[in-house]
Amino acid sequence: MTLDDIIGAVRAAHDNGAPLRIRGAGSKDFYGGMLAGDPLDVSGHRGVVAYEPTELYVTARCGTLLAEVEVALAEKGQMLAFEPPRFAGATVGGCVAAGLSGPRRQQAGAVRDFVLGIKLVDGTGQMLDFGGQVMKNVAGYDVSRFIAGSLGTLGVIAEATLKVLPRPVAEATLEFACDEAEAIRRLNDWGARPLPISASFWHEGRLWVRLSGAGAAVEAACRKMGGTVAVDAEKWWNSVREQEHACFAGATLWRLALPSTAGPLGIDGLRAVEWGGGLRWYGDEAGAEVIRAAAVAAGGHAVLYRAPESLRCLEGAFAPLPPALLALHRRLKKTFDPKGILNPGRLYAEF
Amino acid sequence: MTTSEAVFQTDRATLARRLKMILPAHCLLIEEEDLRPYECDGLTAYRELPAAVCLPETEAQVIDVLRTCHQLGVPVVARGAGTGLSGGATPHAEGVVLSLARFNRILRVDREARLAVVQPGVRNLAVSEAAAPHGLYYAPDPSSQIACTLGGNVAENSGGVHCLKYGLTVHNVLRVRVVSIEGEIFEIGSAAPDTPGYDLLALFIGSEGLLGVVTEVTVKLVPKPELAQVAMASFDDVAKAGDAVASIIAAGIIPAGLEMMDKPATAAVEPFVKAGYDLEAEAILLCESDGTPEEVAEEIARVTEVLTAAGARDIRVSQSEAERLRFWAGRKAAFPAVGRITPDYYCMDGTIPRKRLAEMLAAIAAMEKRYALRCANVFHAGDGNLHPLIMYDASQPGEWERAEAFGAEILELSVALGGSITGEHGVGIEKINQMCVQYATPELEAFHRIKAAFDEAGLLNPGKAVPSLHRCAEYGRMHVHRGELKFPELERF
Repeated sequence: MTLDDIIGAVRAAHDNGAPLRIRGAGSKDFYGGMLAGDPLDVSGHRGVVAYEPTELYVTARCGTLLAEVEVALAEKGQMLAFEPPRFAGATVGGCVAAGLSGPRRQQAGAVRDFVLGIKLVDGTGQMLDFGGQVMKNVAGYDVSRFIAGSLGTLGVIAEATLKVLPRPVAEATLEFACDEAEAIRRLNDWGARPLPISASFWHEGRLWVRLSGAGAAVEAACRKMGGTVAVDAEKWWNSVREQEHACFAGATLWRLALPSTAGPLGIDGLRAVEWGGGLRWYGDEAGAEVIRAAAVAAGGHAVLYRAPESLRCLEGAFAPLPPALLALHRRLKKTFDPKGILNPGRLYAEF
Repeated sequence: MTTSEAVFQTDRATLARRLKMILPAHCLLIEEEDLRPYECDGLTAYRELPAAVCLPETEAQVIDVLRTCHQLGVPVVARGAGTGLSGGATPHAEGVVLSLARFNRILRVDREARLAVVQPGVRNLAVSEAAAPHGLYYAPDPSSQIACTLGGNVAENSGGVHCLKYGLTVHNVLRVRVVSIEGEIFEIGSAAPDTPGYDLLALFIGSEGLLGVVTEVTVKLVPKPELAQVAMASFDDVAKAGDAVASIIAAGIIPAGLEMMDKPATAAVEPFVKAGYDLEAEAILLCESDGTPEEVAEEIARVTEVLTAAGARDIRVSQSEAERLRFWAGRKAAFPAVGRITPDYYCMDGTIPRKRLAEMLAAIAAMEKRYALRCANVFHAGDGNLHPLIMYDASQPGEWERAEAFGAEILELSVALGGSITGEHGVGIEKINQMCVQYATPELEAFHRIKAAFDEAGLLNPGKAVPSLHRCAEYGRMHVHRGELKFPELERF
């Protein structure tokens, strides 16, 4: 499907009021609300449009495989620093639409922090071009970043420009034995010190911390922090990034985004802690109501990340919005997709 | 509303009467002599007396002011310290200036969570000062940081000299508490890594006071690096200096700061700060490295190697904190230094792809001749953000008009080279016409729809940031698509 085909399909859907379900590789079909509408396969609109290593950006069409982009970047010693999961054939469009970031998020930032520009086909089939390819651009509202994580409900991302960064010169992973509370305490303490921590992962009494930066900085940090140096760490971090690690298994998985300093929630089913304490994964042992309430009480929110269809349908993926905020969401949705034809219900059942 | 400029007619007597009902006397200014200090912000070429200035002390008062203005259909212009350079806080003649100056308390500094909760009238530098005992600081550091406020930083998505490594305001603000024009409160963002729903924080930061009024900001604090050092390199050719910047990035180095000044800029600042700049050089580069002492030593060695290979005629590395600050002093004082050698100057803020720098500087040199005005250039080279300082004398008839036209041409060339009309100062009223060049009609319409989703009546900072389609039609210049000039075969420079 070419860009013209995509525009044509959206225009037709707009005219007929027929919902579309935007699909790249479908690698994140499990994520978000229920899928509805006729599939709009955008995987054919692919290819890296521009890659300028010294300008620190890459522009790619929505159907471009993340893996393909990353190979091109690696050749120049660069990377997508937010380490998005690649799953099976994940695409650039899906990566930006889902807004999911990986282990390095705690140091480098999230997907939205790296979005510089977006070409978007809105819900009327109108092509819109926001942002650009420069690092600093405050002309107009920052719609490009706003689109990140909107799950295709505001438009079909046709093309995205992402900031890229050099790969760190050196990396090392340290391993510690400690319980959850101790891990959270240590991670926050380290976080307030100038240490080059780029990822962290706690699971069943063991804490892994990755250091990235200049060779001397990584060596110095290893000396200061103690622990034992883990071997074959890159492969291991990849299993965390791709969620192939055993802790992510199971039919139902909850993703809790919390202030990093929130202590243990005291509910059953903890699988893992990431992002310096800011991200915690739970199974369904405690049940939806308890999990959502515990997340809110701790100052964060819970996402039903993966679940059997019955639960997903009943519970919805994302924490409910307060009425004023929900009304604002509806108005914003309407500004981009007046007839509500793009990925209806993928974010919230209400729109 | 989106097609033409809105027209407001305010009944001043009614407005004053209503505001007196909700604000104590010391929080309301309505006499002309009291309004005078608010007639402009940092863009002094534009001045307007507002109908009233409100200086609320509580959020409840902010809500009351906004509700009252909403009921009466009166425009509202929020204001922090008024240091903005694009006229974002220029008053509306029929409107109220809502000053957040009295919201000046730091509510909480949390070492463990590495965040601070502050009111919008708190000065940027005050946040870092409050965080310093914890070994933390707030990274975005606009040159005006001793005066500018966090509320203004949020409105403009302010940058500074360390953005390349540490990001802009949008990367360093975790949460804002916002009051809508209807007096409704929205909590946007949180101390958690993300929040459910759309990323409203991304939309709100940099919205130039058009979407809501901030009453509280939570910012991220980062550990203060143990050491920072600057390598200062001089070049006998600006193109070489530009290439050196690309070479540093290509070598996999993201310096904490990477700044360039051209010869007129160093000539202006050297007598002022005595930084020891090479006055024979066509351009000097300042490249800062920060981190642990080991890290800095490693990075400075690599930077020095790259700069040498790039043809630097001289490289000096700061050997003490005092020397580092002296190297920076000239860059940080560039605006006031230029202010000493010219009665007035006009600061531009275009962003271009770094590789187009030499082209841009050559074009600016040609414009200097054409407009018969001098221009000094300081450049956040790392992120392509150029600040040409056009020197003029406002007392000479026609000079301001020439300066303005000169500036407009630079901005429009920035767009043509694949960049943006503003990197960190905002559009305000200053660059409102150039928005017609930066964006085409469909995007401008989308901006207006977003505005209406927050402020249907269009009362918050009307006439700023996003031009009406009518204005663009009158301005009569076409949107230039990302670097694609209409007649690419023609030589421009």
